[in-house]
Amino acid sequence: MSDLTALSVVELQQALSAGETTSVEVTRAHLDRIAAEDGALGAYLHVEGEAALRRAGEIDAAGTAGTGLAGMPVALKDVFVTEGVPTTSGSRILEGWRPPYDATVARKLKDAGTVLLGKTNMDEFAMGSSTENSAYRPTRNPWDHDRIPGGSSGGSSTAVAGRLAPVALGTDTGGSIRQPAALTGLVGHKPTYGSVSRYGLIAFSSSLDQAGPMARTVLDAALVHEAIGGHDPRDSTSIDAPVPTVVEAARRGAGGDLAGLRVGVVRELGGDGAREGYDAGVLERVAEAVALLEGAGAEVREVSCPSFGLALPAYYLIAPSEASSNLARFEGMRFGIRVGDDGSRDIDEVMALTREQGFGPEVKRRIILGTYALSAGYYDAYYGQAQKVRTLITRDFHAAFDDVDVLVSPTSPTVAWPIGARVDDPLAMYAADLCTLPASLAGVPAISVPCGLSEGLPVGLQVMAPALSDDRCYRVAAAVEAALGAPLTDRLAERAA
Amino acid sequence: MSTEPTPDTAAHPALDRQDIAHLARLARLAVTDEELDRFAGQLGAVLDAVAQVQRADVADVAPTTHAVPLTNVLRADVTTPCLPRDVVLAGAPAAEDGRFRVPRILGEEA
Repeated sequence: MSDLTALSVVELQQALSAGETTSVEVTRAHLDRIAAEDGALGAYLHVEGEAALRRAGEIDAAGTAGTGLAGMPVALKDVFVTEGVPTTSGSRILEGWRPPYDATVARKLKDAGTVLLGKTNMDEFAMGSSTENSAYRPTRNPWDHDRIPGGSSGGSSTAVAGRLAPVALGTDTGGSIRQPAALTGLVGHKPTYGSVSRYGLIAFSSSLDQAGPMARTVLDAALVHEAIGGHDPRDSTSIDAPVPTVVEAARRGAGGDLAGLRVGVVRELGGDGAREGYDAGVLERVAEAVALLEGAGAEVREVSCPSFGLALPAYYLIAPSEASSNLARFEGMRFGIRVGDDGSRDIDEVMALTREQGFGPEVKRRIILGTYALSAGYYDAYYGQAQKVRTLITRDFHAAFDDVDVLVSPTSPTVAWPIGARVDDPLAMYAADLCTLPASLAGVPAISVPCGLSEGLPVGLQVMAPALSDDRCYRVAAAVEAALGAPLTDRLAERAA
Repeated sequence: MSTEPTPDTAAHPALDRQDIAHLARLARLAVTDEELDRFAGQLGAVLDAVAQVQRADVADVAPTTHAVPLTNVLRADVTTPCLPRDVVLAGAPAAEDGRFRVPRILGEEA
């Protein structure tokens, strides 16, 4: 067959089940491309190599390749623990660690017969919007190597957009699936909080973290979503409800008929009076996408969610607070590195030295900020107040969803920015999450779907839906994708050719 | 200048080097002098920005701790297999006699 790395998950499934190729061939094609391209791109922190080929050979021998996801190569963000496979969460503090168990989503993908290509780069402990906070190396955007791929799941976004994997998993705490997907021309979905297991996902902010798919097409993302979703007794916040029928919704949406669907355009996210900080080109592409939805029969109206303007300050109190607590487990005693244990220091000194050398600057900043926001005397003014604002944001969603079926906005206020442009300005980095934070705080599902280019760089449309109505996100995204024709990443491949 | 202080400047003090050093100590985080200088400036700016939450009128609003309204999720009180001890200790920075080996935990006078 021609270039196997150019095929979608659906196309690979068909080629595998028709016997036109094998899992070994598909896996080798991706490993070869990783070997050729990843030195420049930096998408992977660990590549499975021979182990992946052995695994693919087993799937071929079993004769199941092409059934469901069997034989499909996948990449996992390095935040998921994988049995026996190095897992760092982008941090030096876990350098060299090989976890003794699999995250539930990693186990589900393994049980489905997928082949793990490797672990993808990320901002350390998923804290960042550019993947520059990786302790190992930055990841480059395949559309322009001098630009960031988004974050924190930037290794996954570059791997899939750059055809170094057919599909990948990311995690999204405040936008870390959707924003990198938008900035690299991918489909990225943050499922309803609680609908995909967090067991074995190295915790950043437990009330917000959620795993989801990143793919080149809506249907590809839906296929992986259904494979990883569902109740997990090992995650106490897991919802005991059926996985939304997102594959069916993606197929239905691709028909292009949205008759009767009510779409709300969020005024506070790039609408009238709220355009400061947004690229004009981003707003144009999003407006065109909204027009496409209208053309497909949707009823479009503007909706106001006044509390969304407070999502950013609320998030940057809640997430660091939970992080400061979660990251207490990295103390150099049970796993990971240990620094300064020469017999002269007590345990507190060794912990402090280990954390000093093991954590990077953004992680330290957030631990300190979170420690402050949770401390006696400041708790009510900061963390407590942020939790109440979280309630206001959730109420805005409830009110909006009384009138409309989905809400739309830009996914990111800007296109991908140059590497280094925001590294010394935390607030400028945080502003990248402006549009994605409300859905995170309310726990509702949201997808980013490509809606064209601005300045030659991808733009994403965000579609948000009520909790457990993930299928609406996929339906609308598929309609946008169908109206625009070929996947946006096809244009990246044409450029390279 | 307004005579009323705005809520986000009135309600919190700026974070200085000493505050950062104290918070870092509480979080078991050794920080260098250079980091103290850098973080004091950066975190002061971040704190000013996040203090905007204090502008919201939330007098009768209950806090949201979690997006999913689940409480007291319990499992059946039965034992289930756990990871083998040696497998867990293999990932530890130091182990001895089937246990984690840790630095001294009590002071000399204890």
